[in-house]
Amino acid sequence: MAEAIHPIRSMTPGLRILRALVVVGVVFIALWLGLRVLRDPNTFAAFGPTLSKLAQALVALILGVGGIWALFYAANVIIEALPTRATDFLRPYVFVVPAVAVVGLYLIYPTAGTVVGSFTEVPEGASPLTNYTQAFTDQEVILALRNNLIWLLIAPAASVAIGLAFAALVDRIKNESLAKAFVFMPLAISFVGASVIWRFMYAWKPPGQNQIGVLNAIWVAVGGWLVDLGLLQEVEPVAWLQEIPWNTFFLIAIMVWLQVGLAMVILSAAIKGVPRDLVEAARIDGGSELQIFFRVIVPTIRGSILTVFTTIAIAVLKVFDIIFVTTGGNFDTSVVAVRMYQEMFRFRNFGQATTMAVILLVAVLPIMIVNIRNLRRQGVGA
Amino acid sequence: MTGKSATLRSSGGDRGGWLVKLLVILIVAMWIIPSLGLLVNSFRTSVDSSSTGWWTSLFHPLSTQWTIENYQSVLTSGGLFDALINSLIVTIPSTIIPITLAAFAAFGFAWLKFRGRSLMFGVLVGLIVVPLQLALVPLLRIYQSAEMTGSFLGIWLAHTGFGLPLAVFLLYNYISQLPKDIFESAYIDGASPFTAFTRLVLPLSVPALASFAILQFLWVWNDFLVALVFLGTSSDVAVLTIELASIVGSRGEAFHLLTAAAFVSMVIPLLVFLTLQRYFVRGLLAGSVKG
Amino acid sequence: MRYRTWILLAVVMGMVLAACGGETASTTTAGEATTTEAPGTTEAGATSTTALPVDTTGYDHLDQAIAGDFSGSTVEIWAQWLPESSEAANFTYTLEPFTELTGITVNFQPTPDYETALQVAVDGGNAPDLAQIAQPGKMHQYAEAGSLVALSDWFNTDKLAADMVPAFYELGLLDDTLYGVYYKTDVKSIVWYPVQGFADNGYTVPTTWDELIALSDQIVADGNGNPWCISIESQEADGWVATDWMEDILLRTASPEVYNQWISHEIPFNDPEVLEAADYMSQIWFTPDYAYGGNTYINATWIGETQDPMFAEGGPQCWMQKQAAWIGGFWGENRDALAADPNLPASEWPNKPETDVDFFYFPPIEDEFGTPVLGAADMFVMFNDRPEVRALLEWLATPEAAAGWIERGGFLSPLTTVPNDWYVYPNNQLAEMVAGATTVGFDASDLMPAEVGAGTFWSGMVDWVAANGEGTEDIFQQIEDSWPTG
Repeated sequence: MAEAIHPIRSMTPGLRILRALVVVGVVFIALWLGLRVLRDPNTFAAFGPTLSKLAQALVALILGVGGIWALFYAANVIIEALPTRATDFLRPYVFVVPAVAVVGLYLIYPTAGTVVGSFTEVPEGASPLTNYTQAFTDQEVILALRNNLIWLLIAPAASVAIGLAFAALVDRIKNESLAKAFVFMPLAISFVGASVIWRFMYAWKPPGQNQIGVLNAIWVAVGGWLVDLGLLQEVEPVAWLQEIPWNTFFLIAIMVWLQVGLAMVILSAAIKGVPRDLVEAARIDGGSELQIFFRVIVPTIRGSILTVFTTIAIAVLKVFDIIFVTTGGNFDTSVVAVRMYQEMFRFRNFGQATTMAVILLVAVLPIMIVNIRNLRRQGVGA
Repeated sequence: MTGKSATLRSSGGDRGGWLVKLLVILIVAMWIIPSLGLLVNSFRTSVDSSSTGWWTSLFHPLSTQWTIENYQSVLTSGGLFDALINSLIVTIPSTIIPITLAAFAAFGFAWLKFRGRSLMFGVLVGLIVVPLQLALVPLLRIYQSAEMTGSFLGIWLAHTGFGLPLAVFLLYNYISQLPKDIFESAYIDGASPFTAFTRLVLPLSVPALASFAILQFLWVWNDFLVALVFLGTSSDVAVLTIELASIVGSRGEAFHLLTAAAFVSMVIPLLVFLTLQRYFVRGLLAGSVKG
Repeated sequence: MRYRTWILLAVVMGMVLAACGGETASTTTAGEATTTEAPGTTEAGATSTTALPVDTTGYDHLDQAIAGDFSGSTVEIWAQWLPESSEAANFTYTLEPFTELTGITVNFQPTPDYETALQVAVDGGNAPDLAQIAQPGKMHQYAEAGSLVALSDWFNTDKLAADMVPAFYELGLLDDTLYGVYYKTDVKSIVWYPVQGFADNGYTVPTTWDELIALSDQIVADGNGNPWCISIESQEADGWVATDWMEDILLRTASPEVYNQWISHEIPFNDPEVLEAADYMSQIWFTPDYAYGGNTYINATWIGETQDPMFAEGGPQCWMQKQAAWIGGFWGENRDALAADPNLPASEWPNKPETDVDFFYFPPIEDEFGTPVLGAADMFVMFNDRPEVRALLEWLATPEAAAGWIERGGFLSPLTTVPNDWYVYPNNQLAEMVAGATTVGFDASDLMPAEVGAGTFWSGMVDWVAANGEGTEDIFQQIEDSWPTG
């Protein structure tokens, strides 16, 4: 193996350096050319629109996937061109520094910038807390915070409750995996896609026309039946996403629809992990199935429940796409992340935008810490 | 997830009463109806779609005029074909680059000794808690001055940066558990760490790599915010979620087109889901820590 | 800011422009107008006869440029019209004669994410020579930051003032110094109605507010559905249709001074004059049976589909819609026809403008305020001062710079010197409307700070509709409270 994989050390230093220069030169020229081609969509225009798009994709894939490997290879070649002591000292850094550098640029620096900016990006001479006092007196922001709180109170709890119930129920039927797949599937769908699906569910047509949304069709049919029975005066289709304050709950339903699958999968695995003896013992003691569920199973899997709960809670605090695509934050449905986007792009008020981001961080942090501690306790890794 | 531990089933098989079955069917129905409506409606004409509910076509499949025109329309004039390719251009490197960086880093942290190791590792993994919104404003400014907005390289690196802490965390957990002996014998044979990593560690880490790859792939494919901020809405670069949202904005109630477009955007993640469900579940379980 | 709106507008304008372009040809063949002087109104539309009619253009640098003094130089110009949009194509087309005439190369960059890109370029010292700007507020901002070249010193402002609709000339000024030259306008003060339906029912076009209300009552009394097609859903730009209504009405119930004070916040947002305008608006929006589908429909229906009931099979279910000319591409079956073929000329639309659907001027309310028009417009501003750049800016203030785009369709110039017979329907009538306007009001929400103009004003209108016109004072008070301080 030694000869096969370690021939470089046997080269003369001059050769090693030459090799390093050639490799580095080739890698950089190739990357530079590739990026230039990628930036100019007209490079392949001669092939016609479809082929040129595919050609562009091919370049992108070779560049993106090959580029990162080429860079590591080049770094390694440079290191090996150096004297042995330097090589040994620097080698570990070739492995870790790229990741640390990227994270430094993409997370550490901007996060610090955001936190600092929320205090410094104020009108000249104003107090550093201006952004915060402004945020907490702005009706729209207070509304967004209130909505985030409603989301936080309902979405994780509802997802866990339904997911847990379904996991427990489905454990007892024959076509378990099929049934689970259907509930699980929405997890593969984007928030934007789900928002389109539910816009369609909630669709509204004026009274007298056929309702094309499932909810209004049911509403009008059932309502019409009640009217026939004389129990109701009249029934009108409902524009679900405009009905303040209920519309926030209809938006939360989209999130729950998406997240129940996650809860179900994790909790189903946990339920199956409950020791058989424990359940049998309870059963011998004469416990009913419901008692066993609440007194034995739920306490045993509470770590998993907490994981699911906190995971969904974090997703909920950052919710953006669903509201952006369905109501755009109108009808009192805005949340902090939507507000932040509006401050950033619509009002160009970066001070307020960074303040929204910091508020988000402060809200997420404690939940995150609970989550990580809990995971450590359970020893969950990959 | 394994079947080793005991389950609730005392006798195995079908132990639920009619109530259990009814409840399961009810929940499954509630979860399937929205997607079913989407699928059915995407094959209906614009007149049918705007004048009757999709279920009427399901109840009268033979008298319904089915059509694939909606798909032709969104893929060609709707620009969804380009968006599909753009999504691939964005997603594949945005999955491979962070995995590569993270695998190298995880190996370095797990098996190489150097100054500052625990500090760097702690900071890197600790950043899992930071919501990506925190990074948007300063990053956008850097991107604007470097003319990186609207470039594929820019969004690859952005997704890489946001995905790395979790990737390092997951891969470290796996790679650090590999048996020590294999490295030692390789080093004795004269292999450099680089060779040991590429020839030994990577092949052995396939399960962990696959789990994270699926997680990151779906995350990037379904992402809307990062693409909106760093890539933008121009048709050269717009990804599927952006294009879908802009169809919502420009063809509001044209549900025959919207449903077809939404379905196009879902095809690839659903395929991933159906074929790689096992890894997918594992990835989700592992990814539940992401901030 | 509201860049999604712009994208939306770009899409719809594209359809309309493409369609209008086709109609130019048909009008010419019909021989209705003697348009021989208009460049490029021939069938082929390819030849652009570019010779200026007189020896001197009235602009010094342009004259020098035509004499060939700056031949071989290059000018960089930016605009928000998206790459590959028909606007960008039309603008490129309309610029061609300038290069032929002067030998100056014009490097036009259609720019996505325009406002940000421009701001970044200016901050970074890489500003283009000329740039299009939609909001006067932006022009003020750049001028106050010292980024813009003042034009008054060398521009023949007397000629410009004489050639242009006064309101647009004045909007290009800041403290009596000219910074922006208006190039393209849009008219919002028009109401569309179904021609056949009006004829069948004996309805006539109203010319006063009272007649408008009387007609609305008549339609309700006749059992012909609802008089008004109104809706404002436009994703995160929800509400801008409503702000346009407010502004159009305020121009009719208050003086231009009040309108300007309202924009500059010299009077509160909820000034009694403004609330009076809101009352007029709610008379149409919230009188029971006036608006099709009531307030729910207004908020729930996307702006491109507002007028669908006007094209219902059994005859119109709603009869009047106030919207700018782009809406034609969305009438009835036009929407799907244009989605299938974006280049379909208007003469081949399933629902044809003028014959199927025509428009009338949104009637005046109080006589003393005359016949105002609400519009939006694009100007060009100058960042780098070189003779060839001056020449191009001067050229953009001549009718010749508009000719190519007018020929393609969908273009309305703020210049009164553009011969009316260059235009085709509806722009020929709109041009007359603008020329005859006592006041041209610029879209106020575009002039207010974005927090209000693209924020609480929009969302306030949505809330107002959701409350079906109740609580007007509270809602306007909230918008007033949201006005940024300092």
